[in-house]
Amino acid sequence: MTTNQREDILMTDSSLITLSVREALRDGMAEEMTRDETVFLMGEEVAEYNGAYKVSQGLLDQFGSKRVVDTPITEHGFAGLGVGAAFGGLRPIVEFMTFNFSMQAIDQIINSAAKTLYMSGGQMGCPIVFRGPNGAASRVGAQHSQCYASWYAHCPGLKVISPYSAGDAKALLKAAIRDPNPVVFLENELLYGRSFDDVSQDQDYVLPIGKALVRREGKDVTLTAFSIMVGKALEAADRLAEEGIEAEVIDLRTLRPLDVDTIIESVVKTNRIVSIEESWPFAGIGSEIAALMMEHAFDYLDAPVLRVTGADVPMPYAANLEHLALPQVDSIVEAAKAVCYRT
Amino acid sequence: MPKSLTEKEALKAYRDMLLIRRFEERASQLYGMGLIAGFCHLYIGQEAVVVGIQSVLKPQDTVITAYRDHGHMLACDMDPKGVMAELTGRSGGYSRGKGGSMHMFSREKNFFGGHGIVGAQVPIGTGLAFAHKYKEDKGVCIASMGDGASNQGQVYESYNMAALWKLPVVYVIENNHYGMGTSVERSSAGPNYYGRGQGWGIPGEKADGMILGEVREAAQRATDHARSGKGPYILEFDTYRYRGHSMSDPAKYRSKEEVEDVKIHHDPIDHFKTYMIETLKIKEDQIKAIDDEVKETVLEAVEFSKTSPEPDPSELYTDILKEKVPLQ
Repeated sequence: MTTNQREDILMTDSSLITLSVREALRDGMAEEMTRDETVFLMGEEVAEYNGAYKVSQGLLDQFGSKRVVDTPITEHGFAGLGVGAAFGGLRPIVEFMTFNFSMQAIDQIINSAAKTLYMSGGQMGCPIVFRGPNGAASRVGAQHSQCYASWYAHCPGLKVISPYSAGDAKALLKAAIRDPNPVVFLENELLYGRSFDDVSQDQDYVLPIGKALVRREGKDVTLTAFSIMVGKALEAADRLAEEGIEAEVIDLRTLRPLDVDTIIESVVKTNRIVSIEESWPFAGIGSEIAALMMEHAFDYLDAPVLRVTGADVPMPYAANLEHLALPQVDSIVEAAKAVCYRT
Repeated sequence: MPKSLTEKEALKAYRDMLLIRRFEERASQLYGMGLIAGFCHLYIGQEAVVVGIQSVLKPQDTVITAYRDHGHMLACDMDPKGVMAELTGRSGGYSRGKGGSMHMFSREKNFFGGHGIVGAQVPIGTGLAFAHKYKEDKGVCIASMGDGASNQGQVYESYNMAALWKLPVVYVIENNHYGMGTSVERSSAGPNYYGRGQGWGIPGEKADGMILGEVREAAQRATDHARSGKGPYILEFDTYRYRGHSMSDPAKYRSKEEVEDVKIHHDPIDHFKTYMIETLKIKEDQIKAIDDEVKETVLEAVEFSKTSPEPDPSELYTDILKEKVPLQ
């Protein structure tokens, strides 16, 4: 099934149900664990506690302690153990309580998981999913509020997914678990409780990794975003429409491999683009999109690419400063108007 | 010496140790000639450790180590041609020239690398053991490290998980007394690496890594323990590398006398040869036949490593992902 076919289903198929992102992720894991005995989940508090954010609710009861494994607080160790288990023929899902803690394990993710297929001349392969909440939550300060999208998307050998809706979260997580390569799956804590009416109940339904989704069509300006920022971009598009600007909103969904074609196709139509992300500006996803537009769509651009990003600071704790540090709808609207030369 | 060592087993062990020795000597020459480049860590002096361990393993067992890995690969029965050709960066190498000395693997021989980051192989080996237990295949993973790696944090994270979940893993510490240029006395508070699992109840023992029989007996105890479901085991082998840390290390941190003393009095191959002749009454001409065969095998590997073509330029963009990666 292609992405476009699914869009048709979204309009017509009554089998789509409404679930929170949390429930959709849980269902995705449960379905894949039922389908494939080699799939198992490990991480801190995933089993008896049912997940620090309750994403793995009920999985221990359903699959038992062999396949839902509580780890000690030892990210470097259990990430490496997961890589070894993948080399040994299993398909681990390694949950980081948050991706902030994956920095303890980043050597295993990049040097061991991502590079070994290449270093082995194609012999090894590492079918593993590293998943967990990424980016800022709310008022948790600098060490717990960081977006790792560009960190991992930088590295060949990895796939990096960051979904927005519940339906995408489920279908892409299932795709990630089935994928023979290491996949970094970036969720968002603030989205866990948000419900979407786009969740397929078909156990065989997966989405292709590497395909963006045009969530709103428009002719005047392209907005690209992923994860929670898709919601902000859609809000901004509503506001822009009130001012007569029709924004096209692209949900990137996968950051590596990035669906450059869909972005170019949009820019050919709109001639203007704003990239939105919650992480830092320097060498971010937006920087990459700006460079790609220079390389592939320069002749179609009527304005310089603009980036709306998080502020270039460690995340502050104070409510007002945190608000200032994160991209808001106002700043997206402002940037979109700027590339349209409207004030 | 273990009584269980038959003449056939002894001849194989001698052959495997000698193959490693001669292979590494040739690798050193090829490095000097510029045919091998980059990092290249020779195993000369430590041969009894891998050969002794390998001699007690079962077909389903898995092996993983760090970057001083040529000996491990040859002991696992990987083809010397493929190993040497990888050292010269040729398409006939185990990684088709894309891995090099530190990054070789063989799924067929259950050798899982070949890892360049000190200590990183230890949790990976623990994961291989996790897979053995999960699949219930009665396999054991041998996860080797040096005295240097033994101070990495992830080693202790691994000990904890392996003990907690009773994973079938044997941690092998090849204590060659120097982590690069830093002696164990200068790197480690408390030099008994085999005892470092005590806090988790992991049994450990130290054996003379220059004496094949001692390695073999210790390895048998350790693998029996792990295979029986009792969990991990730590083996420390007292050994020595004759060459520098890597080819670029002149090894000025130790005296010539120290090195010569080991070579003359503790060489693992000399020791085992004497044992074969004096105790097992193996005839000199049988040993000579092995010497000749090993020499020939290594020369063939050298020739192959020189004549195997470099990888095709198109190989630059293969094996990044399981599927072909479209160029942007």
